[in-house]
Amino acid sequence: MARTGQKNAARRVLIWLVAIFAVLTAVLAGGVVTGHASWAPKLALDLEGGTQMILAPKVEGSSGINEEQLNQAVAIIRQRVDSSGVAEAEITTQSGRNVVVSLPGTPSSETRALIQASADMNFRPVITAGDPAAVPVASRTPDASLPKPTAAPANASDTNWVTADVYKAFEALDCVNPAQDKQPRSDPAKPLVTCEPATAKTPAVKYILGPVEVKGQDIVSSSFDPVQGAQGSVTNAWGVTITFDANATKTFKDVTQRLNQFYVASQAQGGNDPKAQFAIVLDDQVISAPRALAVITDGKPQITGNFTQASAQALSDQLRYGALPISFDIQSEEQISATLGGEQLRLGLMAGVIGLLLVVVYSLFQYRALGFVTILSLVVAGALTYLAIAILGWTENYRLSLAGVAGLIVAIGQTADSFIVYFERIRDELREGKGLVSAVANGWKRAKRTVLASKAVNLLAALVLYFVAVGNVRGFAFTLGLTALADLLVVFMFTHPTLQVLARTKFFGEGHRFSGLDPERLGALPLYRGAGRLRTPTEKPAVVRARNTGAAAEAERRMTIAERRLAEKQAQLAGSSNGTKEEK
Amino acid sequence: MTTSFAKFGNELYTGKRSYNFVSSKKIWFIIAAVAVAISILLPVVKGGYNLGIDFRGGSEFTVSNVKTTDSAPGEKAVHDVVPGAVPRVANVAGSTMRIQTDKLSDDQTIKIKTDLAKAYGVTENQVTSTFIGPTWGQDVTKQALIGLAVFVGLAALLMALYFRTWKMSVSALAGMLVTMFTTAGVYSLSDFEVTPSAIIGFLTVLSYSLYDTVVVFDKIRENTSDIATSSRRTFAEEVNLAVNQTLVRSINTMMVAVLPVAAILFIGAGLLGAGTLRDLSLALFVGILIGTAATIFIAAPLYAWLRQSEPELQKQAKKVANRRASASSSSSETASV
Repeated sequence: MARTGQKNAARRVLIWLVAIFAVLTAVLAGGVVTGHASWAPKLALDLEGGTQMILAPKVEGSSGINEEQLNQAVAIIRQRVDSSGVAEAEITTQSGRNVVVSLPGTPSSETRALIQASADMNFRPVITAGDPAAVPVASRTPDASLPKPTAAPANASDTNWVTADVYKAFEALDCVNPAQDKQPRSDPAKPLVTCEPATAKTPAVKYILGPVEVKGQDIVSSSFDPVQGAQGSVTNAWGVTITFDANATKTFKDVTQRLNQFYVASQAQGGNDPKAQFAIVLDDQVISAPRALAVITDGKPQITGNFTQASAQALSDQLRYGALPISFDIQSEEQISATLGGEQLRLGLMAGVIGLLLVVVYSLFQYRALGFVTILSLVVAGALTYLAIAILGWTENYRLSLAGVAGLIVAIGQTADSFIVYFERIRDELREGKGLVSAVANGWKRAKRTVLASKAVNLLAALVLYFVAVGNVRGFAFTLGLTALADLLVVFMFTHPTLQVLARTKFFGEGHRFSGLDPERLGALPLYRGAGRLRTPTEKPAVVRARNTGAAAEAERRMTIAERRLAEKQAQLAGSSNGTKEEK
Repeated sequence: MTTSFAKFGNELYTGKRSYNFVSSKKIWFIIAAVAVAISILLPVVKGGYNLGIDFRGGSEFTVSNVKTTDSAPGEKAVHDVVPGAVPRVANVAGSTMRIQTDKLSDDQTIKIKTDLAKAYGVTENQVTSTFIGPTWGQDVTKQALIGLAVFVGLAALLMALYFRTWKMSVSALAGMLVTMFTTAGVYSLSDFEVTPSAIIGFLTVLSYSLYDTVVVFDKIRENTSDIATSSRRTFAEEVNLAVNQTLVRSINTMMVAVLPVAAILFIGAGLLGAGTLRDLSLALFVGILIGTAATIFIAAPLYAWLRQSEPELQKQAKKVANRRASASSSSSETASV
């Protein structure tokens, strides 16, 4: 009964796949009903058009802008646009003065605010720090025992800043998987609940921060150097030195005086009071939160810790970048039509459809009825990808460009390869003389390894490029990863279980000559019957009449005896020349 | 071909029919070396790649109060002055057209300005021109290159761990490099403009090339896993057999991957002329063909060659030779390998 057990397992997997489809469709339907999503995937700038904004960057305190600052402005904008999803915005410069941003669709007021805002850096004292993960809803503090301020806060480190609302936000914030959508800019006079994102060396941290005490503009310069040892010896550690202007020097002295007291007071417990820390906040995210180990009187704090030369340089650059607040004036904002005519998309899709038909013809020709499994698998993969794209268009602002459409068409090849590898392994097993059921089982065992190893390469490419690259390349990586995942899901949850079920049908199990798994055609028996011919109209009825194919096959066998020799001869003649043709 | 493809597969599987991919490696390596050399020299001789507006920046014309918002007259106006250019024409906010082109000389700019005014039925002072910077700037290129380097490094590590030998990583990367260079060479030869779409196509080709190699190498791994105890075939012969056994798969996969691309390249681009589709599909078409070939002709023979000098495999090769000498009657089976 092991066989029926396997068949049941295969059915269960297929039911799971249906469940996944149902869930995805429900999610998308939910989005459509609430008006956030649409059934159709979102289209990118080149296909749908969008909004073109011409921005004039302004550096505070100077009238003009030089080339370096303009490039920096482009980098800032790109970072901000990329942080709001994978929409593949186009960013360029115009006349050496302006930055031109073209976004697909109509940007929301938040996106506009995000693009316009100046890089916002400031220093806030830490009030509380905590684990990065969101506290599970069940174990959150009940309303009754939420902190209640007892008096007006005396200074920026005062716990009286933590109201019930602030504490609730703190518990709910998830710094492990931070939300991608940008929040509106925080109020500098109010406390801030935010994350310090994880780095290679340090985990993410969640903070409640006090109001802003020192602004980024007050930084005169910043540098990074190796930390001097006790006798002026050079150590391996690196540090970042900030220089404040006169006013901020005074403020910072007062701040460090207060914070240092917390450090001294907690020294008995290892000096770990979070209140001794001040956070450097860039665009409302903590980039570093050093402890005040001493009172800084000269306005030149040195931040030390686990810095390498590279990370020290990165922080130093960020500090300087905060010191140079570039803001943007929107000079014009206009609707812009698609840069590619509808003609391009129409003909492109037509070519794609023709290409797909060729694939269908080729698979049927190569794999006979098994080709239907390939085509059906591709349909399932296509439907899965479509749902994913529509949902991601809603949650991640993922948009399809013409290049993306072409990428999806190309993915057909790599998706179909999983099936081809699998089918060829099954055929190999049949050639060894195994029965179809065990050939499917063994072929799968071997094909699974290959499929997993090769898809790992694609997923690796997608992940690396997604996290490292920017702009178009990021969009490409997203598409690549998406199709690789859809492919894995389909081959494991559709193609394999389907074959497990099909292997037990008479049509495939007895190796009908149109099943694509005919053992005799595959050379499992010594006699070559020359059964492979171009698809004839008899094939379709044969598929439908799967039940009496055994008898039909038997009749076929008798009939073809006379033709067999001729076919063999022809095959021999054709074989050698064909062989070399395939060699390319 | 209609009747014999399955038989072709059978014979490849049993070793009855076999192509000498591994033993004639010298020829393949020389061909690859020549192709790579040409691919490197060609752009040097031609003075670099034909970089598009996205990389170099260009000129932008704005035509206000146009009579028609059709993009065709704008495209024609540019084509008449600079044949072969790929202008990007878009309609901005009602009655304004935006036309972007590659960098133009002053003469060309003036001529196009006049033509555009005529084409859209406006006076010349309603056409303004300005220069625009690259949308694909240095920062995008830099990040893409870093990403590529990290990916190749990690992929090499992944393959070395999975296959338990760094020699497979080296061979696979060599195959990928050959694919990369020759695809770039063909692109240079075609004189198509290099656009972001072409770069995307190029990246797809790289991942396809490595992917294809991993599939074939996995069969090699399977065939050679008990090579030490076998005296049927030498290591190189086992590698060759594995390549032959996966040949039907390689051809089928290549066909399935290349058919839609070819449709886009020949049907789409043939009707449309230049544009995103042509740029992308040329890179993909060439890359998939070369990538498949590079796995078979470069990566696999290189792997066999890298390993054949290992003492253990030399010992095994001797064993095979001894067995064959003592049983000459059975040699017909392997003689063709």
